Amino acid sequence: MTADLQLNADGSLRHLLTLDGLPARILIQILDTAESFISVAQREVKKVPLLRGKAIFNLFFEPSTRTRTTFEIAAKRLSADVVNLNIGTSAQSKGETLLDTVANLSAMQADMFVVRHAASGAPHLIARHVAPHIHVINAGDGRCAHPTQGLLDMFTIRRHKGAFHNLTVAVVGDVLHSRVARSQIHALTTLGCPEVRVIAPRTLLPRDVDSLGVHVHYRMETGLKDCDVIIMLRLQNERMQGALLPSPQEYFKYWGLTAEKLKRAKPDAIVMHPGPMNRGVEIDSAVADGRHSVILNQVTYGIAVRMAVMSLLAGSGVKPAAEA
Amino acid sequence: MKILIRNGRLIDPESGLDRTGDVCIAAGHIVALGETPADFHANQVIDATGLVVCPGLVDLSVRLREPGFEYMATLETEMRAAAAGGVTSLACPPDTDPPLDEPGLIEMLKFRTRMSPGPRVYPVGALTWKLRGERLTEMAELAEAGCVAFSQADATLIDTAVLLRALEYAVTFDLPVWLRPQDPHLARGGVAHDGVVAARLGLPAIPVPAETVALQTILLLARETGARVHLCRLSSRAGLEMVRRAKHDGLRITCDVGVHHLHLSEMDLTDFDANCHLVPPLRSQRDREAIRAAVREGLVDAVCSDHAPVNDDAKELPFQEAEPGATGVELLLPLTLKWAREMDVPLAQALDLITRRPARILGTQAGVLAVGRPADLCLFDPDQPWTVGRDSLMSLGKNSPFLGMEMIGQVKYTIIDGHVDFRRNNH
Repeated sequence: MTADLQLNADGSLRHLLTLDGLPARILIQILDTAESFISVAQREVKKVPLLRGKAIFNLFFEPSTRTRTTFEIAAKRLSADVVNLNIGTSAQSKGETLLDTVANLSAMQADMFVVRHAASGAPHLIARHVAPHIHVINAGDGRCAHPTQGLLDMFTIRRHKGAFHNLTVAVVGDVLHSRVARSQIHALTTLGCPEVRVIAPRTLLPRDVDSLGVHVHYRMETGLKDCDVIIMLRLQNERMQGALLPSPQEYFKYWGLTAEKLKRAKPDAIVMHPGPMNRGVEIDSAVADGRHSVILNQVTYGIAVRMAVMSLLAGSGVKPAAEA
Repeated sequence: MKILIRNGRLIDPESGLDRTGDVCIAAGHIVALGETPADFHANQVIDATGLVVCPGLVDLSVRLREPGFEYMATLETEMRAAAAGGVTSLACPPDTDPPLDEPGLIEMLKFRTRMSPGPRVYPVGALTWKLRGERLTEMAELAEAGCVAFSQADATLIDTAVLLRALEYAVTFDLPVWLRPQDPHLARGGVAHDGVVAARLGLPAIPVPAETVALQTILLLARETGARVHLCRLSSRAGLEMVRRAKHDGLRITCDVGVHHLHLSEMDLTDFDANCHLVPPLRSQRDREAIRAAVREGLVDAVCSDHAPVNDDAKELPFQEAEPGATGVELLLPLTLKWAREMDVPLAQALDLITRRPARILGTQAGVLAVGRPADLCLFDPDQPWTVGRDSLMSLGKNSPFLGMEMIGQVKYTIIDGHVDFRRNNH
């Protein structure tokens, strides 16, 4: 059903809500398009006119600086008009419903909504109710999905490793609460990655997580063995001590990525993190800043990937390469 | 008023009666069954050719939404919906606002239901004051006012000592206590079964032990106190197995399941359909199969609609923020028939689950088609297809997971206390 909601009748992308069920050809199309946008960022004039005259609304029902900023930069580089709305502090607190907010903004001639919401499935609900010409991009919903993050991570892996079919990838940390992890896992399995592992204490793994097509490891010692890619997840402050984990210190000792633990992975392994990092909790600074780390590249690629998604959804079909 | 129902397929789950014949009704009672006496002169004749004539349905959980939730539905609309569903007796849970925790509210509810035609209404009183799980209600007085049982509805009861005292106090007056087993800590914040779909969609989960841990506590306290406990809306295979052992050990308990849980599972959540946000959550396909089998086997005593009409505004929200529940009183019969067809269960056995057996739990003599009994009847066409839609449901709540789907079996007449309370237009 979700896949139907995301695709037009001709199989092209209409909304980007989740990577779950999205065909590999769409993922690859987005990654390929993003490649062509990398060069845009390196030019003196970092703009292409693909979305000129389009109105993009950043609808953030949950606070976020980083993701909102990268979407804003991406939209502006495509020459779109961007409106940022922090709904968490306005309409909803006045009692307006989600769909009323969306209807009001639609009446302001929006072409695209970039939605961040604390509840899983909120962008799906919006996508089901918007006019046919409006596109919805999920910028993170509850624990469900963060598809552009998942895509930029795939872009990063492809850039550094070339292909997916021979990789062992480990996702480490709070998978239970992570929309990023879910999007990464769906993308990796769709793109043909033969071994995806999750590494975390049992308290931070969803029940039946293996049904997502991953191998479960509780300990880093076994989980990191011969990995090509290690993706660290952020551990939220409020989860560092309590019933899920006893303390950040114990977490770091057993699941924090250190140079010592990294030795179990392949010598050319790359280390990723969606940010923002907790240094000394999930990752040691020596690793975060070390030669295996591609964490800052992820941020750069994130803009190209978001440009690709926006232009594929709402662009006139002009290839950015033609602009170069 | 004398009514002659002619040439119907008469089914009485209690006696095993299943034959074609007539039913004669006079002064609110069934006066003849099978052949019409020569001296019976009816004011009204209903041709029941092709229809099943059975006892009126008895639904153990129908929310009328009054007092307090009139923006969701009203007593009048939901009473009409119940009658359109063939229901002639219903129990309404105490989760109103204010909750049904004092005799005055029960008097008012009874007054309101007497003013409007429709099914017989049996209020279930709150077990604790304001359903807060802290202080007992005046159960004896509430029972005198008309409460047939006491429950927490879906409110939590955290303090086990209060539960023990509530059961002991109920035993004092031999009052039944209806409990839906759910551990408040294990269920906290959850909206979906802790399984593959919650893992995939990232929905906060409620594990099966939320049911089984609470169930174990209830069973132990029921054994300790000897209270008459009815277990509401079981949702898991493990829970059903515990009930099986408890019944085998001779414990005085009964249980029901919601009719939606006979057909749906966590798999129905995959597109975030808020109409599938139910309490308890739809569990795995394995759990659903266990429920279907346990109902056929007779381990489950009754099937109810757990009718919860919800206004569109409260449903058109992200799944976890949407008000839980489904409208269902008009689907109790067709969904039970669907289960029976799929499971090869005889019609009389299926009807037993929504007539005689829930009537026993309510403590009424309803649910029987026999001479001398009150004339509460349901006449339905077992082969009539119809589509569940916003227009075809009389309930103000249009929140059904089955919207747009075809049902087979439609109520044509509902007779309550010897009067035709509902008659479908197309008949």
